[in-house]
Amino acid sequence: MSPATLLLLALLLGLATFAFGRYKALSIARSKGGNRYLHSLPGHYGMMVGLWCVLPALAILLAWQLFETPVTNSLLDSAVPQSISDKGEKAVELYKNDIRNIVSADQLDQVTDPDKKHAALRLNHLNSFSRIALLIVMLSAALIGAALAYRKIKASTEARTVVERILHVFLVSCASIAILTTIGIVFSVLFEAIRFFQQVSFLEFVSGTKWSPQTAIRTDQVGSSGSFGAVPLFVGTLLISAIAMLVAVPFGLLSAIYLAEYASPRARSIIKPLLEVLAGIPTVVYGFFAALTVAPLIRGLGESIGLSVSSESALAAGIVVGIMIIPFVSSLSDDVITAVPQAMRDGSYGLGATKSETVRKVVFPAALPGIVGGILLAASRAIGETMIVVMAAGLAANLTVNPLEAVTTVTVQIVTLLTGDQEFDSAKTLAAFALGLMLFVTTLMLNIIALHVVRRYREQYE
Amino acid sequence: MNNSDKSNAGAASGLPTPANKDTTSIVKASLKRRYAAEKRFKLYGILSICASIGFLVILMVSIFSKGWPAFIGTYMQLDITLDQDTLGVTPQSSYKELRAANYSKLINNALLERFPDVSKRKEKRALYKLVSSGAEYQLSAHVINDPSMIGQSIKMWVAADDEVSALIKYKANLDEPENITTRLSEKQIAWTKQMLDAGEIKTGLNKAFFTNGDSREPEQAGIRAALVGSAFTLLITFLLSFPVAVAAAIYLEEFAPQNRWTDLVEVNINNLAAVPSIVFGLLGLAVFINFFSLPRSAPIVGGIVLSLMTLPTIIIASRAALKAVPPSIREAARGLGASPQQVVWHHVLPLAMPGILTGTIIGLAQALGETAPLLMIGMVAFIVDVPSSITDAATVLPVQVFLWADSPERAFVEKTSAAIIVLLAFLILMNAVAVLLRKKFERRW
Repeated sequence: MSPATLLLLALLLGLATFAFGRYKALSIARSKGGNRYLHSLPGHYGMMVGLWCVLPALAILLAWQLFETPVTNSLLDSAVPQSISDKGEKAVELYKNDIRNIVSADQLDQVTDPDKKHAALRLNHLNSFSRIALLIVMLSAALIGAALAYRKIKASTEARTVVERILHVFLVSCASIAILTTIGIVFSVLFEAIRFFQQVSFLEFVSGTKWSPQTAIRTDQVGSSGSFGAVPLFVGTLLISAIAMLVAVPFGLLSAIYLAEYASPRARSIIKPLLEVLAGIPTVVYGFFAALTVAPLIRGLGESIGLSVSSESALAAGIVVGIMIIPFVSSLSDDVITAVPQAMRDGSYGLGATKSETVRKVVFPAALPGIVGGILLAASRAIGETMIVVMAAGLAANLTVNPLEAVTTVTVQIVTLLTGDQEFDSAKTLAAFALGLMLFVTTLMLNIIALHVVRRYREQYE
Repeated sequence: MNNSDKSNAGAASGLPTPANKDTTSIVKASLKRRYAAEKRFKLYGILSICASIGFLVILMVSIFSKGWPAFIGTYMQLDITLDQDTLGVTPQSSYKELRAANYSKLINNALLERFPDVSKRKEKRALYKLVSSGAEYQLSAHVINDPSMIGQSIKMWVAADDEVSALIKYKANLDEPENITTRLSEKQIAWTKQMLDAGEIKTGLNKAFFTNGDSREPEQAGIRAALVGSAFTLLITFLLSFPVAVAAAIYLEEFAPQNRWTDLVEVNINNLAAVPSIVFGLLGLAVFINFFSLPRSAPIVGGIVLSLMTLPTIIIASRAALKAVPPSIREAARGLGASPQQVVWHHVLPLAMPGILTGTIIGLAQALGETAPLLMIGMVAFIVDVPSSITDAATVLPVQVFLWADSPERAFVEKTSAAIIVLLAFLILMNAVAVLLRKKFERRW
């Protein structure tokens, strides 16, 4: 039976035991003369029984899913012929993988090698044993749990407390998933990055200026080791982000000021959602727009004034990233500008300042920390943006700050290194995780600083 | 202003004239300039808003103008003789035999009959190219549907080649073949014109675009596989993220004590909301595929990754919705003897539901448009078959856009734009539902 059927089975059992528990509570109540003689509502008794039925079953199902493959894998060792296991661990893994493919594709009868056939039969046997064992263990756990809970039902049983305690644990664990995710991210990129830095020195990675991750197949060829100097990627990322900020900050900030200080409520209610549409468009659409419309336009413009522009210029990608983050800048700045107390504006007007003078000399300086926080958040978006640069920026790592030339970025390299066929242990794929670590740390720091600044600013006026 | 300041200062030191008269005149003198600055400042604001909205308009116009032709299919009417000998099957043949029969030959014969003066081999081959290579499947499906037609002669509309299709859709002037940029030869253009004049070419809704999977041939490529893949992925995302996010929001808003742990959770949620999406892809690759060995390219992994990504969005929206329920509701329920959890499940949560659902839909819309993390977990494969379960290899709509955008054929540009239009239509629909939900059910206390 597939995991999905088992899951459904467990839920159905839970529903059935819920009905039993509730029925028992109701009959106890009837014999005593009414529901008010029970400690909890009848439904709570049912839920207690149902939960004691479903939870053990789900725990077993989950554990089985996680550990089934590793366990059958190690049990398969005995079926690996001596000739293979002499060749070392890698050969054994390869052999087992082969067997697993045969079994999962159900091609047992096409196997001619008797050793392989033997191993495949053994795996098949293990798998079917595992399936039956899972079914039996899961069902018995569910039924034992339910029976124990069912026997405990008395008028004085505090079923509601039990149910609520279980639900409380559920709520706490759901809230903790955020922490688990962060830990998962840190560990998954950190471990692979450490393995990368065992092969390539950290110093070379952060200070080298040559990036060519393609490693040659034979060790005696030129460039057999690849070179992993990531400086061109960092420079490329910063260049594109800087262009993006040059577009987004003035447009976003001026829009926010107009919306917060000048626009009528009606105009505001139309313009604000329109600007936010820009943030809702998928980045892959921007990428297509950048590659197909903006890049040729800029190339044409450049050529008409006699400049040679690369068709994958940093300028095109940067401008489109900038357009994408205009709404981030504008809505965050809008929030902080409207949070500036009206009394400060009134004071300025009272001294005879015009509206624009008030904005420039009073409101803007007061809102500056919050605006800076918003800009930092937008910058972290620009640095982490992937699809636009994958589609519109180049692949070759040029160390240049000329916006008319093609540069590549950290995110583009992560995508190119990890899509397509890959071997998981090569420095090439591990490099992607090292780049991912850099990206994560950079954006995390920007976010922490930005959130801190914004919070400090809010507290100041609250 | 500096000059008048100085003269003013001189005057003030010399004679005890009332200073405010001078100040007034200074202010009056500067008014014109200050009002101009005011106007300029306001104009900058308007201009930047216009520019931002202008970008939006340009984007939309460029996508729509490129994408609309993909929704139109071009069809040619052919008189096809379902000759038993050519096909090698009879009406009584089995399904397998019917499928294996040679349908392309029939179509080629029909074309030859239409243009009897074509005799050279090279010309013949050029003629055959007018019809899409998908036409034989169209014919085969038609025949398998009703095998009794074998032996008869039928009139049938078959899909035209994408270059022919481009001529018709963009209304190229077929009288001046030398001015048309196309891969077709002048002969082929002449044949097309002949058929067009005879009314044997028509355009209609391109159904294949919605019913086919991906294909290397632009005229056969469709978005069905990607749509189904997106639906599976989004379903997983919803099933995982909605309950977890709501539970987390309830805990943080209603039960969490003020301590370090709660602070840590909150900081984490805020940070996760701003982590680049590609990092979530790395997480999915390292943890779910390499460690737990879940299948690559499968909607289940995509759904898990996207749900981790949308969790912060939904949690933040749900907390806001829960916070908006006034404390008096909680106090009233407590006063009537409800336990703290009963207060939440019976009263606060139902009242906050519209807000929570709005946040969820917006989070899911974000997940629907997401591409980068899915590239990391291998959802970029070339998928022809429509996935039938959450563990099949699949692709999703935005990734399909990315794949098509990379294809060199010109016809894929319109396919890409058309897929984007479909994607945007779904996003607009979801956001419209969210707005409606908010307008209809949101209560101001």
